[in-house]
Amino acid sequence: MTHPSTMLLARYADGGPGLDDAALWSIEVHLDVCADCRAQLAAHASPATRDLLDRVAVSLDRALEASPSPARRRTRAGAVHRRWLAWTLLPWLAVTAAVLGCGVLLDAAEPSLPSLVLLLAPVAPLPGVAVAWSRRTDPAWELIAATPAAGLAMVLRRTLAVLLVVLPALLMAGASTGTSLALTLLPCLAFTVATLVLGALIGVQRAAIALALTWCAAVLLPSVAARSLSPVLQPGSTAVWAATTVALAAFTPLAASPFRRLRSGN
Amino acid sequence: MRAMSAAETAPTLHPWPVHAQGLRVRAGRHPAVDGLDLALSAGVHGVLGPNGAGKTTLMRALSTVVKPAAGSLTLLGAQADGRADLRGIRRRLGYLPQQFGFYPRFTVREFVAYMAWLKEMPKTAIPDAVQRAIDRVGLTAKADKKMKTLSGGMVRRAGIAQAIVNDPELLLLDEPTVGLDPEQRLDFRDLLRALGADSCVLVSTHLVEDVVAACTDVILMNEGRLLFQGTPDDLIARGGDGDAGDSPAERGYSALLRRHRSNA
Repeated sequence: MTHPSTMLLARYADGGPGLDDAALWSIEVHLDVCADCRAQLAAHASPATRDLLDRVAVSLDRALEASPSPARRRTRAGAVHRRWLAWTLLPWLAVTAAVLGCGVLLDAAEPSLPSLVLLLAPVAPLPGVAVAWSRRTDPAWELIAATPAAGLAMVLRRTLAVLLVVLPALLMAGASTGTSLALTLLPCLAFTVATLVLGALIGVQRAAIALALTWCAAVLLPSVAARSLSPVLQPGSTAVWAATTVALAAFTPLAASPFRRLRSGN
Repeated sequence: MRAMSAAETAPTLHPWPVHAQGLRVRAGRHPAVDGLDLALSAGVHGVLGPNGAGKTTLMRALSTVVKPAAGSLTLLGAQADGRADLRGIRRRLGYLPQQFGFYPRFTVREFVAYMAWLKEMPKTAIPDAVQRAIDRVGLTAKADKKMKTLSGGMVRRAGIAQAIVNDPELLLLDEPTVGLDPEQRLDFRDLLRALGADSCVLVSTHLVEDVVAACTDVILMNEGRLLFQGTPDDLIARGGDGDAGDSPAERGYSALLRRHRSNA
């Protein structure tokens, strides 16, 4: 980097008499990056320039005093409670937690019945997942559907938010009734993933309803009626649930394309 | 020597920001846009038409919210129909829906910043871009008020702010002047002219005078088809003294519609 000579800087400070445009520009570009030369330039400044700078400083100070102070930055944690998802999910999650609580109480009161916590675990996250990608429940859906962030990644992130609440609730319910934790959590994950995969075909909300009804009709009600736990929830079936979850999870990336648009079925 | 990716060899210039051929879009089961051919260049395009002409459905298709049922649609040089990857287009798109919901607890600044984040803008650029967008729509004094405390016209302006926050190359505004008072509408026309200088802006409206004042190009739709495309002066020239309307442009508008209906 070549610094402009003191004479050149003095002329530049004078307003550049005898310097052509190219010379002026190269000095200007250099001054942008070189603090030493800026300091030298300040020493060469004429009284008129100093006067102008003082006046600018005074008027800037005045303008800064008159304008409102900068807005206080809110912390990220403070912003969570204003998120739409947090408020929309709250009633659903409260109902889920209440139903699980009733399951725990019934398990304690009626030991002859099959464990309701186990029977309810697969369908516990479905209401929340149905809300995660829906035209009806998200007021800003049309704005969001036109943004690049819309798609499978957004659905997965919202589903994760649901699971972050439902899974600890299930863990607590399972631990307090002494049921197998693997048999509580694995079917729950399998049904969540199945909702997303099926949702890619028919819409997440319809998929959640269809899966919940199927589970109730095929497993929950027969188990309660027969007063014995269905074979699909016996300890031997853990491996099958794990395999199903992994297999369905492998399918989810293939479902990316239908999630690019928020279709009217959702 | 190295292999070139498709993205590197793709043309960076495209003749039309919006190019539709035989576009058909359904609203529910009803074909609201029915075989539309449209080619738009940069500038401000006003979309006029009676209720049910398919203006909103066209806007939804152009904003990639709704998938076209048939025909081809090219936006900003990229395919936007079928199973195309839309992220590239959506980053360069701004959209104000006719009715849009918002999260009532967000402040205007948070709302616009959230939309900027969803549009995948660089994190460091968001605060400045948000402030600029809010300033441009004249909501500076209300920037830290909650959305639920705003009046209808202010919500509309916050909607315009989120649409322009990413400096979109294609901006779609569906009925942007609803709820704005006359003075704000004048400001909005200035904003439109500034935006149309280097991007393609599509404004759907019922107000013929807005189109004549701020648009470089007029598109008249009826029953899902293109009826007329030309400059505001062309539209005015179509009207005669015998046509309904209080201004030359309104007379042109009603003359075009009447002629089309008598032919049909």
